[in-house]
Amino acid sequence: MSLEKFKDRNIGNQNYTLIGHEAFPQTGGEKFERVMKRMLKGELFVGLWVTLRTMFQALFKGEMHTTKYPFEKLPISPRYRAIHEMLRLLESGHYRCIGCGLCEQICISDCIRMDTRYDENQRKEVSEYTINFGRCIFCGYCAEVCPELAIVHGSRYETSSEQRASFSLFEDMLTPIDTLKHQKEYPGFGAVSPNADENIKKTPLAY
Amino acid sequence: MDALIIETVVKAIVVLLVISALAGFGTYLERKVLAFMQRRLGPMHVGPFGLLQILADGIKLFTKEDIVPQHANRLIFMVAPAITAATAFIALAAVPLFPEFTLFGYTIRPIVADLNVGILFVLGAMASGLYGPLLAGMAQANKWGIIGSARTAILFLSYEVVTGLSILAPIMIVGSLSLIDFNNAQAGGIGDWMVWQQPVAFVLFLIAGFAETNRTPFDLLEHEAEVISGYATEYSGMRWGMFFIGEYANMITISFVASLVFVGGFNPIGFIPGFLAIILKVSFFFFLMLWVRASWPHVRPDQLMWLCWKVLMPITIVNILITGIVLL
Repeated sequence: MSLEKFKDRNIGNQNYTLIGHEAFPQTGGEKFERVMKRMLKGELFVGLWVTLRTMFQALFKGEMHTTKYPFEKLPISPRYRAIHEMLRLLESGHYRCIGCGLCEQICISDCIRMDTRYDENQRKEVSEYTINFGRCIFCGYCAEVCPELAIVHGSRYETSSEQRASFSLFEDMLTPIDTLKHQKEYPGFGAVSPNADENIKKTPLAY
Repeated sequence: MDALIIETVVKAIVVLLVISALAGFGTYLERKVLAFMQRRLGPMHVGPFGLLQILADGIKLFTKEDIVPQHANRLIFMVAPAITAATAFIALAAVPLFPEFTLFGYTIRPIVADLNVGILFVLGAMASGLYGPLLAGMAQANKWGIIGSARTAILFLSYEVVTGLSILAPIMIVGSLSLIDFNNAQAGGIGDWMVWQQPVAFVLFLIAGFAETNRTPFDLLEHEAEVISGYATEYSGMRWGMFFIGEYANMITISFVASLVFVGGFNPIGFIPGFLAIILKVSFFFFLMLWVRASWPHVRPDQLMWLCWKVLMPITIVNILITGIVLL
């Protein structure tokens, strides 16, 4: 089914296929005929065969549908929006955040707080950064607005907690420096899409 | 005489213990088979392959609070599960389970009581087991229970005729009511099986057996989607468990009777010894019940009555007539 067809809410205009109902038997003879037809047609045995085939497929062909959840996990989309991650620059290992405060401003549930100061090189550094996951609704605005791909959504979705307010500090979300070598160019939520170049229109300079 | 009494008591205890253990194991098998047929895993976490799930369920059932509803008829409410469980085991008393074997130089016949009216006794005991659901539903002051027991009465009135009449034709051929005689009449290998002479009676007996054990095409007295749990709505703990032990013991009994009467009983097939042959047959019939439960929808009460009275009973009578004419 194509997307247009799927999104079409104009119900009533489609061509529905009516399942052929045979006429309801009127006389006793017709009823008896239908009973005999249904009895001898073997439809019940088709049902038996379907379940048996499913059982053998599940047992011997690995078509079991169960995922043993805490031990196995289904793959999730790279665009999934779970607990945030703070990324580092791949070359220097310094954190990417420039302390611009856009994420704090755009956050619609007011759960990001940050404090910044100038370091000795007159460069902004983050002194405090917390996200209250008790309030966060994982809308993804912070990751969208971040100009440096510093705050992104990761894939940690098991986030139950014993308290309503559950804070995460900057250092908790920051990629540990020793695992930096495993960090790839981030493809998940917050990163530009792979076909971003195709979607960009050049601004005409004639304005 | 003393030896006979001791032997009978020992046999009765062994049958009681083994069959109630098997009934527990049957719930495990049912859950597993149904799960596989729906591409699930079934119980997996308690013990290897979930085998100890039976134990966990047993502990749960035994330690649950035993609740008697406020307006229930207390005595009947408490006795009803015992009727179901007891009659299921009483029915097994006349069923020969295995061929004779010798243990410590002592020949043992694995039947608690070799009655000369064995098949009648088995069917009668199982039929009186329907008093369990009937009384339970009426005693519990619950509308679902009342509907459940009404359906019990419907079920009982419908299938019992078919059971009796369908088994009449094999009885006419064998000329005896003892299940051991049935078994001995089919001693000559697969060609002698009663199912070849009485295929119609075999199918009808299986259908009636499904109704007798309240299995799925005819499980209208406790169908969850319609009447919550039917007669078992208000039951909890071990009283509820006794209904289930009774139901599974009935399934085992019907499997035994069907294999004894129609498919050769415990006679050896070729190189397969007799005790293994009957275990295989009983396992097949047990599996058939689970298989059917996974596959088929169940019928409405009026459809059941229609089926039993208007379709199956005429067929059984025609079958008996033809058998009688051929025998003459």
